[in-house]
Amino acid sequence: MTDMAPGTAARPEQPVFELLDVEKVFQVRPPGSIFSRRTVGLPALDGVRLKVRRGASVALVGESGSGKSTLLRVLLGLDEPTNGRALYNARPIGEMRRAGPAFARDVAMVYQDARGSIDPRMNVGAAIAEPLRHFGIVPPGEIPGRIAELLDRVGLSPDTALRYVSGLSGGQVRRVAIARALASEPSVLVADEAVSGLDVSTQAQLLNLLRRLQREMGLTLLFITHDLGVASYLCEEIAIMYLGRIVETGPTDAVLAAPAHPYSAALRKAAPEFSAPITEPLPGEIPSPLNLPKGCRFAGRCPRAAADCRDVDPELRSHGAGRMVACLHPLDAP
Amino acid sequence: MAAVTDMDSPTPAPAAATGPGRRSSLFLRRPFFTIALLATLAYVGAAVFAPWVAPYDPVQQSIDAMMAPPGPAHWLGTDSYGQDILSRIIYGARYALVIGLCSVLIGAAGGLVIGLAAGLAGGWVEWALMRVIDSILALPSLIMAVAFIAILGQGVDKVVIAVGLSMIGPFARTVRADVMQVRVQLYIEAARLMSIPRWQVIARHVLPNVVFPLAVQVTIRISEAILVSSSLSFLGIGVTPPTPDWGLMIAEGRGFVAFAPWMSAMPGLALALLLIALSILGDGIREEYDPKLRGGS
Repeated sequence: MTDMAPGTAARPEQPVFELLDVEKVFQVRPPGSIFSRRTVGLPALDGVRLKVRRGASVALVGESGSGKSTLLRVLLGLDEPTNGRALYNARPIGEMRRAGPAFARDVAMVYQDARGSIDPRMNVGAAIAEPLRHFGIVPPGEIPGRIAELLDRVGLSPDTALRYVSGLSGGQVRRVAIARALASEPSVLVADEAVSGLDVSTQAQLLNLLRRLQREMGLTLLFITHDLGVASYLCEEIAIMYLGRIVETGPTDAVLAAPAHPYSAALRKAAPEFSAPITEPLPGEIPSPLNLPKGCRFAGRCPRAAADCRDVDPELRSHGAGRMVACLHPLDAP
Repeated sequence: MAAVTDMDSPTPAPAAATGPGRRSSLFLRRPFFTIALLATLAYVGAAVFAPWVAPYDPVQQSIDAMMAPPGPAHWLGTDSYGQDILSRIIYGARYALVIGLCSVLIGAAGGLVIGLAAGLAGGWVEWALMRVIDSILALPSLIMAVAFIAILGQGVDKVVIAVGLSMIGPFARTVRADVMQVRVQLYIEAARLMSIPRWQVIARHVLPNVVFPLAVQVTIRISEAILVSSSLSFLGIGVTPPTPDWGLMIAEGRGFVAFAPWMSAMPGLALALLLIALSILGDGIREEYDPKLRGGS
């Protein structure tokens, strides 16, 4: 408990983030009851296990409603898990966040809505200066120089500092958001759909930028996306989520080349390619988390569901080199 | 001629986007705004330079020229004491503008404090503050101002305070609405994520985003403050005679409307023109600088 600085506690084998059976239950009113005060638990996260190694690049992939955003909030310490342990350098994330600015400095965030994450009344320079000043990164006299340096690092000209986000393009705003995140000299960069909603060439430029930054600065990158193509380009590892649980993890190339979980396989097939026509999508919808099936939660949509799938909830188990899968009958068993 | 206008028209168009050129073309794009601005500046100029501009002493009475109709000697006529109406209107602009501005600032300051407190505190504090504000808002601001005058007494300073207090309600309401809108913005969460202390987030992100719309509100509500203060004078409970106050002048002319209509009409006209000019000015500023009305954000 003596080491407060985030860097010192980290041994190479120790994961930056470790989630042990994390659950997050929201109390909501059941649908249809407007007047009742009765609430029911909505499990947004249900037994999430995840390890993020220092310097790794991990893509967190899942449909909307799979719990990606909740997981993100738990990782950032904005939400406490209802059950289970969420650790950052072997210490509870909530505790780290309350302990002081060290955690906030070390874990930086790039929001999906980059434009909304920057105060519209601040110009770009002021927005980047805020973390520089708050964390005391450089002496006040060197702030303008550092702003120019950060803007240069994300490929923007120094005079962008005088502009406001309302006058910048979508791609420029994302770059500003990345520069602002890098200002605190973090070791972990968390990016939520950081390239979605942009045209393809801008996306490609940003992905190149993120990949370069991650490699040059040795950042640990946690990239939330629903785009498998983006995931495979940017991240060495992938974690696929379904209904509040991680159903498959492993090296991105291996997982995408031969998915073991039927859900991963379905996602892989659903991702459009230039050569192949779009195949049959999954039948059915994600079941409501208020009304989870008893066995495997994917059984209702799974093309390979067997009798035991409806009774036994599968655990995340090792599946070949560095891979884990939560399925009783994984594809391509090793 | 057509060629000339064609050459002129492209100039404001690209500047209308964003950038430094935007402000310079404002006057071309908004002719009514420009006229209103000039009119307001004329009032301000008259108020500031009243001793040099006014042809007579505003309180100099003359038995020879009682109730003289508008003419070469007295452009806007004289009142029942033989005082020159134009001079009284010019000096009256001082009272109207000073009372209007000061009382609006009092109202805005009070509204900012209450609105911020309500919007940031939440819970029962917010509930209690807003119920008080709601019950105050149920009364027209003139009634409120009369009530405060009854407590404070008469005089220019009392009018400023009474009108200012009566305007806190609407200001508090708009400030609270803005605070509620700002506090759920992503940039507030981003600041929180950076572990920036709450008071710094308020000072750096909430306050600027609330004060700018408030400043626009101030310009719009100056005319309301002037109207309420003039109404108080008209009712005979605001500033005391012989102060050259427009409301007072209208009231004094009331008994002579049948045979000396200029006594009430001239100050009334002066008041109406100023209020219209200020309204157009306020609306123009709001439309120009409110990001919500400009589209996008």
